[in-house]
Amino acid sequence: MTRGALNQSRTDAVGAPSATVGLVGACAAQVRRELAVARRRGGEWLNPLIFLALVTMLFPLGISPQPDLLATIAPGLLWVAALLAMLLSLDALFRSDHADGSLEQMMLAPQPLAALCLAKVAVHWLLTGVPLALFAPLLGVMLSLPTAGSLTLIASLLLGSATLSLIGAIGAALTVGLPRGGVLLSLLILPLYIPVLIFGAGAVQAAVQGGFAGPALALLGAMLALALVGAPFAIAGALRISIHG
Amino acid sequence: MRVALDARDLACERDDRWLFEALELQVRDGDMLRIEGANGSGKTTLLKILTGQLSPQAGKLEWHGEPLRRVKDTFLRSLLFIGHAPGVAAALNGQQNLAWSAAVAGVEAPSRAIDQALAGVGLAGFEDVPAAQLSAGQQRRIALARLALIPRPLWILDEPFTAIDKDGVGWLEQRLVDHADRGGAVIMTTHHTFQANDRVNSVLLGAAG
Repeated sequence: MTRGALNQSRTDAVGAPSATVGLVGACAAQVRRELAVARRRGGEWLNPLIFLALVTMLFPLGISPQPDLLATIAPGLLWVAALLAMLLSLDALFRSDHADGSLEQMMLAPQPLAALCLAKVAVHWLLTGVPLALFAPLLGVMLSLPTAGSLTLIASLLLGSATLSLIGAIGAALTVGLPRGGVLLSLLILPLYIPVLIFGAGAVQAAVQGGFAGPALALLGAMLALALVGAPFAIAGALRISIHG
Repeated sequence: MRVALDARDLACERDDRWLFEALELQVRDGDMLRIEGANGSGKTTLLKILTGQLSPQAGKLEWHGEPLRRVKDTFLRSLLFIGHAPGVAAALNGQQNLAWSAAVAGVEAPSRAIDQALAGVGLAGFEDVPAAQLSAGQQRRIALARLALIPRPLWILDEPFTAIDKDGVGWLEQRLVDHADRGGAVIMTTHHTFQANDRVNSVLLGAAG
C-alpha cells in the first residue's frame, strides 16, 4: 500500500476517518471467513475422507485380499484416491462466492485478488489436504502398507495436496461461471496433476522398498514452491476471465 | 474534489446489438445519477463498465482525468459497489459478513461499529442469525449496512431498492440524498421515483437506439 493511497482513504470527508486494514489483515479476514463458512456447513469436510475410505475399501474386494499384492499397489492406490478426493472437492471452491456476489466484492477490493485467493486456497488445503494426509496411513494399514512408508506417505500427501489445491483452484476459477463445470474442470487439471501423482506415489514406493524417498519429496517441494509463486496470479486471472468474459 | 468520473463516447455491444453508443457521463461531488432503461437495456453492464470490471468496446473512462485502468487502485479505494447479488454469504451471520466486507475493503471495523451499522439498517438483534435464515430484504439490508461501515465517496449501486420494504425505501432514499449532500456521489440503476426527484439526474438507456 502506498503512502498516498493511505492518506487519501483517511481524509475521505464522506463518513468518519477510519483506520485502514492492510493486506495481511484482509487475508486474515478471508481465512476467518472461510473457516466460519466451513464450520457452518458442518460435516462437508468429511466427504473427501469418506471418499478415500470407500475407494480403498473396495479395492481389496475387487482385486484380491492378498497382503503382498495389496502392499505393492497401496502407495499408488492411496495417492490416486487422495488425488481424486481433492479433485471432487474443488468444484465448489468458488461456486457459492460467485452466486452470492462475494467474488465480485473481492475483485473490487483494493487488495490484490491473488492474495485473497491464496488465503482461500490455504483454507481449502487445511480442510481437505491435511485431513487426507493424516488419515491415509490408517487406510494404509488396511492395505497392508508396510509401516516404513507411513511417514513418507503423510509428508508426500501434505506437500502434494497443497500443490493440488493450488493448481486445482486455477481450474475451479476457469469453470466457475459454467453450469456444469465439474467434468471440464477434471479434464483441464488432471494432466497438471500427473507429475504430482508420479512423484508422490514414487516417494512412498521408495520408502516402502527401503530406498531413499528424499529426492521425490524434494521434487514435490519444488513443485509446491513453483505453484505457490505462480498459481495465485493464475487463479486471479482465471477468475477475471471467467466472470467478465 | 473527491469524485470526478468521466465517461466519453462510451459504447457497448452485446450479441451484435449496440446496448448503448456515444454515451457521455460526468459525475462529480454531490451528484446523484440514475441509470434508467427497460429490462435488458444494459444498465448492469454499464455499471460493470463504470466500476472497471468490463471494458467498453469504445470510449474512454477517466477518474480525475486519468484513464481508469491506470489509477485503478486509487479508484477502488474511493468506490463502494453493491451489485445485483449483494455479496452476503448465506452461511454467515451479519456480523461475520460485514467484518469480512470491511476488512477486504481495507477498513478496520470493530464489532461495536458493525453492530451499530446493523442497527442502523434495522437489524438490531439479528447480528448472530445466519443470512440464510433471513428474508431477501434483510439480506439486502446487511449489504446496505456497508454504506455506513465503509466510508467511500463514490457509491455505485445496482437496484438498491430491490426487496426493501416501504419504511426501508424512505430511509435508503434519505441516506442516498444525505450522502450526496455531504459531497459524495451516487450512481444507481433503479425504477424507483425519488421524493426529491429534482435532485437526481437521469440517463436513459436504449431509447436512442
